[in-house]
Amino acid sequence: MDTPTLAVWKFASCDGCQLTLLDCEDELLALAGRVRIAYFTEASSTMLPGPYDVSLVEGSITTPEDERRIQEVREQSRVLVTIGACATSGGIQALRNFGDVAEFASAVYASPQYISTLATSTPISAHVPVDFELRGCPIDRRQLLDTLCAFLAGRKPDLPDTSVCTECKRRGLTCVMVADGTPCLGPVTQAGCGAICPSYRRGCFGCFGPMAKPNTQALLPILRTCGMAEDEIGRVFATFNAAAPAFAVVSQETGR
Amino acid sequence: MSGRRLVVNAIARVEGEGRLHLVVRDGRVERAELNIYEPPRFFEALLRGRAYTEPPDITSRICGICPVAYQTSACNALEAACGVELSGPLADLRRLLYCGEWISSHALHIHLLHAPDFLGFPDVISLAKEHREIVERGLALKKTGNALMELLGGRAIHPVNMRVGGFYSVPARADLAPMAERLRGALDQAREVVRWVSGFDFPDFELPHAFLAASEPGRYPIDRGTVRTSTGLAFPAAEFPEHVVETQVPHSTALHARLDGRHYLTGPLARYSLNSALLGPAAREAVADAGLGPQCRNPFRSIVVRAVEVVYAVEEALRLIERYERPDRPCVEVTPRAGTGHGVSEAPRGLLYHRYTLDDAGLVTAAAIVPPTSQNQAAIEDDLCRMASARLDLDDAGLAALCERVIRNHDPCISCATHFLDLTVTRR
Repeated sequence: MDTPTLAVWKFASCDGCQLTLLDCEDELLALAGRVRIAYFTEASSTMLPGPYDVSLVEGSITTPEDERRIQEVREQSRVLVTIGACATSGGIQALRNFGDVAEFASAVYASPQYISTLATSTPISAHVPVDFELRGCPIDRRQLLDTLCAFLAGRKPDLPDTSVCTECKRRGLTCVMVADGTPCLGPVTQAGCGAICPSYRRGCFGCFGPMAKPNTQALLPILRTCGMAEDEIGRVFATFNAAAPAFAVVSQETGR
Repeated sequence: MSGRRLVVNAIARVEGEGRLHLVVRDGRVERAELNIYEPPRFFEALLRGRAYTEPPDITSRICGICPVAYQTSACNALEAACGVELSGPLADLRRLLYCGEWISSHALHIHLLHAPDFLGFPDVISLAKEHREIVERGLALKKTGNALMELLGGRAIHPVNMRVGGFYSVPARADLAPMAERLRGALDQAREVVRWVSGFDFPDFELPHAFLAASEPGRYPIDRGTVRTSTGLAFPAAEFPEHVVETQVPHSTALHARLDGRHYLTGPLARYSLNSALLGPAAREAVADAGLGPQCRNPFRSIVVRAVEVVYAVEEALRLIERYERPDRPCVEVTPRAGTGHGVSEAPRGLLYHRYTLDDAGLVTAAAIVPPTSQNQAAIEDDLCRMASARLDLDDAGLAALCERVIRNHDPCISCATHFLDLTVTRR
């Protein structure tokens, strides 16, 4: 029987989502017995040619070269799974989409002419068909393992698309918005993290991006009641999933 | 004699994307370029207009390997801008969280990225086929570091609990007791790792660079401090821009930093060489076992220094837990005001400097971040020239492999380095 091959690719990102694979300390060696890690430059000097059974893709598309490279990755991959907020919505670097990238470049680099960059940071799905998307900034380790196991078993992963609130209630946590008046994006953010922030008495800041059909309009008056000004509301929706359409609408409307 | 050109297109076992370009002419290395092609993400530009509470979370996304370093340097700079300095248990908790990142990041580099070079394996998976217990011990140590970050920060990558002024919530003393138990086991593992790596074969190589590291009275620098160099300079974080200047080079999306016009090195070798007398008793014992002197200038031996620093981070974590008393409040009040603040801390791979200018509403008008790998890039290129010049007898594959090792000695974080500096920008 052929051992399935796994490849890990990086585009514009922080490395944190692919690091999640190396953070599976208890499962890493067992996983390496089930799949052949064929291409993973952060972890191995061995770089085997494609095609690959499963490709994990981290990062967003921000350069002309990467626009081309993602096509190659897609051609070489039987299953393509994006990992994390950058790859699924464009990441924090998608804030450039609402600004002027030339001005950004000249603010950061003395000689912006050496810098090759696109005006936007876009998710992988804007360029090639994607088989599955893992949310989060960063992704959740258990969700990553579930997803890899699902594809190895030849089934689709079964992950929730409900809100963080459902996980928060299931953990029996006290609602930070109701009890403390702390603004929280839990009601509109996709589950998956395990409601980490509320368990530390902090409001969710939406790092898993919008849930399916989020009712952001119903949340806005509650955020205002919690004391958030319009510009603050605009900023909290404009972070790691700033370009996810359901969040971008709010941050643009509240006048960031 | 004809020229020789060597290109390594994707440097493996480093964080981020880099390419190496070596030009050899007439039997000597004319140029070594570490070409960072990691796409720029413009953090300093997109921080403008954000509230003073936001840079710790936003800048942690520069690097998934050392997010606590970003959060800490950002908090240090923003608290300085607002005239606040943490003390007592809140300051201890921040250092404790940072110990978790040192343990995890160093254990990762030692076992997964660096050790395979010394033992002739392409990666940790192959290494584990022959030395499974050693790899399992390394992964267990890494997991302890992650567990400490999860306990205090909520998660190991991009923790959520740190904020300007302290934390969102703080543990009770009893919450830390199981962690102390676990760290006591980790201390034995960390000592064994020092013994293991100090038995490797190290090429003879002494680097001449000036060293730069944070410095704190009476203890090994981790979470804050002033800046010291081996050239005799000592200055507060606020004077960093006067001494360190970054310039852009065409071959890289990372800027190159110079200390008073010279290249220099930050990171474990610098930190250790400037502060080895301040290590704790267990780490000092490990140093003696490993036969390290008070300074270490061989970059290949950085793996031993990292292992010693893991011992220190574990014993320091135990000391901080021992004296911990839960503070009355999880954070101190921080009232924003117009002004500029500077902050440094020692990321696992070297000193990380942040600067923020705030307006009187507490919004960021300018930001500058100098990560360790930008500071080290010129020194790494210098190492490459020296090492490659001495071994031009190697064929291209051998020379490329050696050059990759020279780069990995410094645990460069290329994702970090692609973020730039030198901006004095006013808000639109």
